[in-house]
Amino acid sequence: MKLSVRMVAVAAVLATAACAPQTSGNSSSDKDEKTGTLRVWLFQEVNNQPKEKVVDSVLADFEKEHEGTEVTVEYIPVETRAQRIKAAFNDPKSAPDLIEYGNTDTAGYVKDGGLADVTEDFGAWDEAKDTDPTARQSVTVGGKIYGVPYFVGVRALYYRTDVFEELGLDVPKTQAELIATAKEIRAAKPELYGLAVGGAYTYGAMPFIWAHGGELATGKGGSYAAAIDSAAARKGIEAYTSLFGDDNCPAAKCAAMTGNDTITAFAAGKAAMAIGGDFSHAAVEAGKVKGTYAVAPLPGLKAGSIAPAFAGGNNLGVLKSTTHRTLAVDLMKRLASKEAQGKLFEAMGFLPTFSDVRQQVAAKEAFVKPFVATLAADTKFVPASPAWAQIDAGQVLPTMFQEVVSGKKDVDSAAADAAKKMNEAFGSAG
Amino acid sequence: MRGGGGSARPRGGSRRPGTAPRPRNGRSRTPWLYLAPALVVLGGLLAYPIYQLGLISVFHYTQAQVSGGEPTTFEGFGNYSALFSDGQFWEVLLATVVFAAACVVSTLAVGCALAVLLTRVRAVPRLALMLAALGAWATPAITGSTVWLFLFDADFGPVNRVLGLGDHSWTYGRFSAFFLVLLEVVWCSFPFVMVTVYAGIRAVPAEVLEAAALDGASQWRIWRSVLAPMLRPILVVVTIQSVIWDFKVFTQIYVMTGGGGIAGQNLVLNVYAYQKAFASSQYSLGAAIGVVMLLILLAVTLVYLRLLRRQGEEL
Repeated sequence: MKLSVRMVAVAAVLATAACAPQTSGNSSSDKDEKTGTLRVWLFQEVNNQPKEKVVDSVLADFEKEHEGTEVTVEYIPVETRAQRIKAAFNDPKSAPDLIEYGNTDTAGYVKDGGLADVTEDFGAWDEAKDTDPTARQSVTVGGKIYGVPYFVGVRALYYRTDVFEELGLDVPKTQAELIATAKEIRAAKPELYGLAVGGAYTYGAMPFIWAHGGELATGKGGSYAAAIDSAAARKGIEAYTSLFGDDNCPAAKCAAMTGNDTITAFAAGKAAMAIGGDFSHAAVEAGKVKGTYAVAPLPGLKAGSIAPAFAGGNNLGVLKSTTHRTLAVDLMKRLASKEAQGKLFEAMGFLPTFSDVRQQVAAKEAFVKPFVATLAADTKFVPASPAWAQIDAGQVLPTMFQEVVSGKKDVDSAAADAAKKMNEAFGSAG
Repeated sequence: MRGGGGSARPRGGSRRPGTAPRPRNGRSRTPWLYLAPALVVLGGLLAYPIYQLGLISVFHYTQAQVSGGEPTTFEGFGNYSALFSDGQFWEVLLATVVFAAACVVSTLAVGCALAVLLTRVRAVPRLALMLAALGAWATPAITGSTVWLFLFDADFGPVNRVLGLGDHSWTYGRFSAFFLVLLEVVWCSFPFVMVTVYAGIRAVPAEVLEAAALDGASQWRIWRSVLAPMLRPILVVVTIQSVIWDFKVFTQIYVMTGGGGIAGQNLVLNVYAYQKAFASSQYSLGAAIGVVMLLILLAVTLVYLRLLRRQGEEL
């Protein structure tokens, strides 16, 4: 009898052990070794050589300072970063100590338990005080800081100087003028899109919503509520979707376009205007329109105002599972220091996250002026909630724009549906 | 079998026919012994993943659980009830069933018609048709989809130029996008049907066909009254295969409609599951969709086999 009871107990233990899907023990490591190998993952850029040079010079100084340490850097492809970083969280043993990551992923990675809290280290860092507020917001979740901003990316209006000259047009100063100008160009030159827009181009559409005073979501810390169905946001959706049609960008083509598609169209000379980032500069320079375009801030509602832009960009963060926390934090600060960010701008054109460094580089490079002006005016960030990753991946906003553009739903019901989906995500992902 | 199966585990080749103490028991065990290696492989490669799929589908399991940021919680049928109360799921399910049915019917029609054609034409055209079909068959789905997409491209596609459609976009409308994908699916899956049915037709005795022809039967009549009944087992296999393939279509939809079409209008279950499970890291919800798909396919196959049984057909 005794034996059988024990066997039942053993069987029960086995059954429970077998009856839960696998999880990795991704707890923070107790170890903080001061020597050894540090592993770093950075993103592989299209033209990566200059970035490597900047990073290598930082590493050389770092290794000189810390006797007995070695740093290996792996450049991971941007397209597969999600899988790679998920895998790193799942398997702490083969995970790196320090990673570069997209700033919209911060809250998701924190919830996954992947990033280490570096609030104290950030506070003690003398350069941190010059970090611009939106960049700081992009590493902050629930009042704690989980990394340092590496660079920012922001979008502005690219336009064809030759087309504007030929048609005698001025650079639009308000959003209404922008829409009117786009349609005027299309009417005069039907082979061009006036302003190339995309139904799947969330970050090109958001300035229209923000300019009207709308928001993606309201709330702070853990709890957010969707605000995409507010009256102000609906006006912005109305304005953006009015650009889809035969009088500017035919819905049949533009509904499915992404941000990259609109830039490709502009670079190929198929559009008179497009909303592109400072990071799109190289792609446009490599296109047909080289030398016949200029950039201006995307106008807001009032003349002379700038529509709030989405502050994209990347951050650096230390993984929770690192066994070299002190070293990794030091290296993170060095890679994202004012000096290194200045060099990174010179090499790659990535805008620094420190307001003062940005002003300095804008004085040197004319093309970044409209972008720096946009950053100085007003920038916004996505909700710092892990739900954002789900909303983004679930194509909630592109679906909303596409439903309106293709005439499946009107603005009110499409926005209401999107708000419902967003609230579900906020509810389930916290 | 009856003689050798006397002992459950015959040792060292010592076979003592007819001396088994419990012949009934031994007889039922021996086949299992021979089947064991195959069953172990099947169990490892089939049963275990399905078990894991079912397991994940009853937990709340997202990236945070996988990487240990949050504890895994048991949800019971929570994922299923979330799924069944989601209007989009039913819409996608309906679209999948209709789309798969259209694909199966078209594939079988094209495949059988071309198989019959193969038996009618001379060696050179037959070889050409065979090679063309094998080429389509051998093309990876992702390559095929990309090429079809290019052929029907609004700006640069030759189809629009030949048909004089200007810059008509084939992927914008829901039905036109589904139609485009259907063409690709049929193109890459008809060769299997064609080759299989052709082999079947070749095995039909020539006298039977000759007799039918002498009786003045038309080509259609021969197919319907002679070939189709004789080829029934083969047709059953290719139908079930096609149902399973077309129900699970992923690559074509994913590539050709950019992950589900404008506002998700071209989603099918498999792509929907992928979007839920991997794009949004809701592994448990994706697993629940997978289980539902598995059950639907099993049900379809069983019902189909049942119907055939009732008609007195053995497979």
